[in-house]
Amino acid sequence: MRELAWLIPVLPLVACALIFAFGPRLPGRGAYVAIAGIGLAALLSIGIFVEGLGGAKAHELNVRWVPYGQTALDLGLRVDNLTTVMLLVVTIVGSMIFVYSVGYMHDDPRFSRFFAYLSLFAASMLLLVLANNLLFLYAGWELVGLCSYLLIGFYFEKPSAARASMKAFVTTRVGDLFMFLGILLVFFTLGTFRFEEIFAKVHAGALEGMMVGGLPLLTVVAVLLFGGAIGKSAQVPLHTWLPDAMEGPTPVSALIHAATMVAAGVYMVARTYLLFFESPGHGALTVVAWIGAVTALMAATIAVVQDDIKRVLAYSTISQLGYMMLGLGMLGYAAGMFHLMTHAFFKALLFLGAGSVIHAMHTNDIKAMGGLARAMPSTYWTFLIGTLALAGVPPFAGFWSKDEILLEAFHHHRGLYAMALAAAFLTAFYMFRVIFYTFAGTTRSHHAHPHESPAVMTRPLWVLAVFSAGIGLVGAPFLGNPFHHYLHFEGLKAPAFSWGVALAGVGASGAGIAAAAAVYHWKVVPSGALRRAAGPLFTLVAHKYYFDELYAAAVVRPTLAVARALRTFDVYVIDLIVNLFGFAGLGLARLYRVFDLYVVDGAVNLLGWIAQTAGGVLRYVQTGRAQNYLLAIALGVIVLLAAGLFR
Amino acid sequence: MTLGLTHFLVLSTLLFCLGLFAMLTRRNAVAILMGVELMLNAANINLVAFNKYVAPGALNGQVFALVVITLAACEAGVGLALVMSAYRNLETVHVDEINVMKW
Repeated sequence: MRELAWLIPVLPLVACALIFAFGPRLPGRGAYVAIAGIGLAALLSIGIFVEGLGGAKAHELNVRWVPYGQTALDLGLRVDNLTTVMLLVVTIVGSMIFVYSVGYMHDDPRFSRFFAYLSLFAASMLLLVLANNLLFLYAGWELVGLCSYLLIGFYFEKPSAARASMKAFVTTRVGDLFMFLGILLVFFTLGTFRFEEIFAKVHAGALEGMMVGGLPLLTVVAVLLFGGAIGKSAQVPLHTWLPDAMEGPTPVSALIHAATMVAAGVYMVARTYLLFFESPGHGALTVVAWIGAVTALMAATIAVVQDDIKRVLAYSTISQLGYMMLGLGMLGYAAGMFHLMTHAFFKALLFLGAGSVIHAMHTNDIKAMGGLARAMPSTYWTFLIGTLALAGVPPFAGFWSKDEILLEAFHHHRGLYAMALAAAFLTAFYMFRVIFYTFAGTTRSHHAHPHESPAVMTRPLWVLAVFSAGIGLVGAPFLGNPFHHYLHFEGLKAPAFSWGVALAGVGASGAGIAAAAAVYHWKVVPSGALRRAAGPLFTLVAHKYYFDELYAAAVVRPTLAVARALRTFDVYVIDLIVNLFGFAGLGLARLYRVFDLYVVDGAVNLLGWIAQTAGGVLRYVQTGRAQNYLLAIALGVIVLLAAGLFR
Repeated sequence: MTLGLTHFLVLSTLLFCLGLFAMLTRRNAVAILMGVELMLNAANINLVAFNKYVAPGALNGQVFALVVITLAACEAGVGLALVMSAYRNLETVHVDEINVMKW
């Protein structure tokens, strides 16, 4: 089965090519082809996963691509337990979102193109997951970035969407630059891109003692690679693109900006975990953990004050990605990946639920909604399940994975643990704020007529809801934590389950829910009073810690100023030179024109005049009288005879 | 004085020149045709004379003369037909008035 792994990215790619070529003429205007592509990939992934449960060995497939000198670049796939987990997540969540999109995008004029992009994204993401070397992974990495750009800007006629897609592309590119430097550094020190060889060499101590600018080389490499993850997984300080990315269609937000692509950073850290792990004193891991914790807490606070349902979820995603990073940084290799998996399911569910709500209300503003629980029962119940999973209420999926991360943090760093716990409280708070605003009470918008979405949209919601509720059990300690057995890092042992930590986590979630209920449902404390009491803190959070303003002042405006200066230079110096050449050419051309008119044309006309004049004279010879000609002939004969006789 | 080849040749030359003169100077197409006949007959005299005085045993010259007479008849037929046609179309048989060849 693992020999067929190469088919997994190829199937959606073929679907993409077909849709681009034949578009709306395909069954379901291309949607069925796309669903078939990802569906088959999902079946294959499940087969490979089941085989992996039976203890199948890691499988590698290498195809020589660019040979040079002693070595060569290979196109390579690697299927191991980490890969299979990601394959499952991407293809199953992807399939559900593809199906959902049929309903959500139903009236869109660019329906077929949407599915082509989705398929291209699926192919790129699967390539990224399957890559067995850094170069190939980087290719997939950039391809998903491209798809993200295309899909955020799907409604490109909206200026905000066009700007958001550009912002996402450029911001992630900043991180990618660091990642690329890291990859080059690995290649120039170890001479290979392949993970297996890199790990073997690093494990054998190939980079030990090497320093770059006073820092251990391995730490520098790992942190540079992590730079890519900061961009892609929207970690502080490159997180600003993800909330704006919500300009894209909601299924895109669910697939790319919640479940899969943004998790690629986490996956990449897990994939190259050995580099982080071996860095002296776990230096790189400490960076990962701190960035993750700061991101988790900061994004959670921003999510509290957002009124756009998708933006709340976007900040929540950033926060949860921070959680994953924190888990990885706190030596919780399996915990981070576990949270990635559970998060993919419940966050995709939440986004699709939000999409369903937006579909019904035609607005993103939660303050304009309310009372939707009665009008949209399926959406309400599934959204509630997703919220409970995200908030970390047992036995839903999020509880188990979040608990593992909290446990790791508790054992390794109390400060980070406190931040994670605070983020858990805020997570429950802002999610139930959304629930109360959206589904409870009565609708605040009078001209809206909310209705339940069609079955093609609600069924994927239910499937994802089942996963969100149940998937956490694969990591449940009292079931022997099968996830840890399936996916673990050599030399790392997960700390034992602790009732204290678990209760603290549940307590934080419960407190968050209770606080949200007190403020937004029972209105014990009106939210306006809370806002005034928080004062400058509220202003700070409402402005998202002034990151956008900072970047605008520090990066965007100087760049624009330089661009303007260069434009001035262009207009007045370069254009001047070009124009000078132009004028010189024009002058020369005028000169040539005179020459042409009087010399060349003169010669030509002279020839014509000569021919005409000669003809005019000679025409008198042609009398038209045969007798004259005959006379000439006779005279000619006489002359010839005479010439013959008197020779 | 016996009659020699030279006499015949002088006669034929005179006849030829008369024919040529008629062709070059006459305006009437029929007269020009008659000039042609004269020139052909001058050639015939030459042929027969040479046959008699140069190769008396052979008949070639005389036969050739007969062929030329036949040819002359044909030529006269065609020529007169042309003249008739020209007369019908242009209402003249004067060659200086038939100037459609001139541009």
